[in-house]
Amino acid sequence: MSTLLVALLVVPFVAAGVCLIAPPTAGRILTAGVGVGSFGAVLALVTATRAHSVAAGFLRVDAVSTIFLLATALVYATVALYAIGYLRPEHVDRRYCRRILAGINLFAWALLAAPMVNGFTLLWVAVELTTVISALLVAIDDTDAATEAAWKYVLIASAGLGLALFGTVFYYYAGSQVLGTSYTFTFDALTMHSAGLPHTAVRLGFVLAVLGFGTKVGFFPVHTWLPDAHSEAPTPVSALLSGSLLAVSFYAILRFYQVAVATLGAAFPRQVLLAFGIASLALAALYLLDQRDIKRLLAYSSIEHMGILAVGMSFGARIAVVGVLLHVLAHAAAKGNAFMGAGVFVRAFGTKDLTAMRRGFTVLPWSAPLFLLAILALAAAPPFGIFRSEFYIVAGGLAAGHSGTVAVLVALVILAFAGLTWTTTALVFPADEAGITTASASLSSNAADGRTSDESIAKTPDRPTPRLGREFSAWLVIPPVLGLAVLVLLGMHPPASLIDLLTRGAVELGGG
Amino acid sequence: MPTGTPAPPVFDGVADVIAVLVLLAEFGMLRAALLPAQIRLYAGQSLLLAVLAAIAAQQRNVPDLYALAVLSAVLKVLAVPAVLRRMLRDTGTDIAGSGVLGVATRTLCALLATAFGFFATAGLPIRAAVLPRTALSLAVAAVLVAFILMIFRRDVVSQAVGFFSMENAVSLASLVIAATMPFLLEVVLLFDLLVAVVVFSALIRIHHNRRQSLSTRKLSGLRG
Repeated sequence: MSTLLVALLVVPFVAAGVCLIAPPTAGRILTAGVGVGSFGAVLALVTATRAHSVAAGFLRVDAVSTIFLLATALVYATVALYAIGYLRPEHVDRRYCRRILAGINLFAWALLAAPMVNGFTLLWVAVELTTVISALLVAIDDTDAATEAAWKYVLIASAGLGLALFGTVFYYYAGSQVLGTSYTFTFDALTMHSAGLPHTAVRLGFVLAVLGFGTKVGFFPVHTWLPDAHSEAPTPVSALLSGSLLAVSFYAILRFYQVAVATLGAAFPRQVLLAFGIASLALAALYLLDQRDIKRLLAYSSIEHMGILAVGMSFGARIAVVGVLLHVLAHAAAKGNAFMGAGVFVRAFGTKDLTAMRRGFTVLPWSAPLFLLAILALAAAPPFGIFRSEFYIVAGGLAAGHSGTVAVLVALVILAFAGLTWTTTALVFPADEAGITTASASLSSNAADGRTSDESIAKTPDRPTPRLGREFSAWLVIPPVLGLAVLVLLGMHPPASLIDLLTRGAVELGGG
Repeated sequence: MPTGTPAPPVFDGVADVIAVLVLLAEFGMLRAALLPAQIRLYAGQSLLLAVLAAIAAQQRNVPDLYALAVLSAVLKVLAVPAVLRRMLRDTGTDIAGSGVLGVATRTLCALLATAFGFFATAGLPIRAAVLPRTALSLAVAAVLVAFILMIFRRDVVSQAVGFFSMENAVSLASLVIAATMPFLLEVVLLFDLLVAVVVFSALIRIHHNRRQSLSTRKLSGLRG
């Protein structure tokens, strides 16, 4: 099993290098192979880590790590397959194709590394690497909007991670009070000696970590980079950002949470997460009511779901924590699907404005229903995985006696549901020429003001090439079908081994 | 003979003076009108940190800190400023974009942040391992001033320098409370800084190529 860990750390990195020099076609096939292979390797880890952790040098994977690896590997695999269709030679030039394929592999490598490393400092380094790699990918389309989004992202996220580094230093200091001035700064070292850690340092470290890594999770009020970066990045990158990067940053918070709960007791860490969670959820729900940009809509949906994760953790009951971990997987599948669908829509209609996509079902007979199903999944409609995970979280909240918070959670989730479904039902309605003209005029006007990213649509792979009733490529349809199958499986009948893994993960996180 | 608070040992005094200079360098960056001056101040601040690490290594017998001092000097005093200077040469711009507020108001805000950071940290029950505790309070103040620098200066170079100097302030804090952190981890952190510098520089170049300016005033098309 330890060989698998090393392979997961080495192969995507090597693939990134090869993609830079190989012909684009070979790069696309290699990326798809490595993406699917990585998912297979992580699946193989599930059996082992539901019973015990697996280690190799500075790498260590337990149940919690495996769940986040599963989410990342799932998005990596589907995006890698999607890239075969998305980066076809008729849509992009060779240089762009090479760079973005290398970037996808490198980004996925950093995202896989973060849950595998054993130690707070290495975790910080891995998360910082995800920032710098993905910032370049956000800017890769070389438009004004993409450059602005990338700058905001790298500056805000790096500043946030500076605070997280401060928190990491406080945790090291806390450990040094028990373990001596020089020790191996691993997760186990601190959790095993948590009883003797100084409370002030742990409290400070935890708050700084939540605020710092929370910047990358998209917690309010440090979320402002997120809608811009998700909206301006190329579609495969948006899917990785939303489906995996946010979750990996949340994973970092969970590692700090483990030590904080063991040292301070559950009340303080849970209150901190509750405050950030409710605020983020409320902000996102309100923004979702008034979103026309298809990718910004999905970005705010991500903030909503990260808020749900934080609120779920604050309940503390084991079933709620199982729900949180299941939510990570289901959200990755649903958000990956939604972004992949959005990418096809933007390419077909030449705009990101949802109100201009009324002919969706006519123009894209496969992608449109798949996108709508992904939206329903994100809105927690049954029978998809997010319905089950949110049901667990609510049940856990009620079991732990947080009925007031549960009521707020449910109300905000319903509000978000209304926003998501109201906006996207435009796709179902038949074409309304007047409406399309109005929307296009409005978008042109906004573009002239520099307020939307239409410029990027004209210059990137998302440029318009509509072909009525025909999908661009089967490779843009197959990955969402696979993602949908995963969502139905998670919602209807999650495998027993996965339930074991989730339960063990909840135990590791102190759910009980 | 009058009695009162005893004078600090020489080592503590030197360390505190260096920490104060680190904070003053931060203020200097906040008010510098020319970008090369700002980069020089960053290099000077980094040199102060390297010297502090070397003194702590000698006084407290932590040999790893010698290596850290050398690496830190090579990277932060030489490499990072060199990358930034070259970028400035290529873009042909020396003058920073004007701040959101005037120099006096910016400085006042920074003073308030400093007072808050200093006194809030002073009350914490944290014992310093290698350096005097006052340096921790000064480091927290420097972090807050770095944030002021990033928020109130409207050009991409100042904002990047603000981030790098914030990293310096966190390094100062880690010298105070976690100086014995394993050397390998320190090296990894420095390497990570190097990667961040390269990416920041790349984005600054892209921004300049598109806008023919280093100002962030035009970066207002997206709504957040």
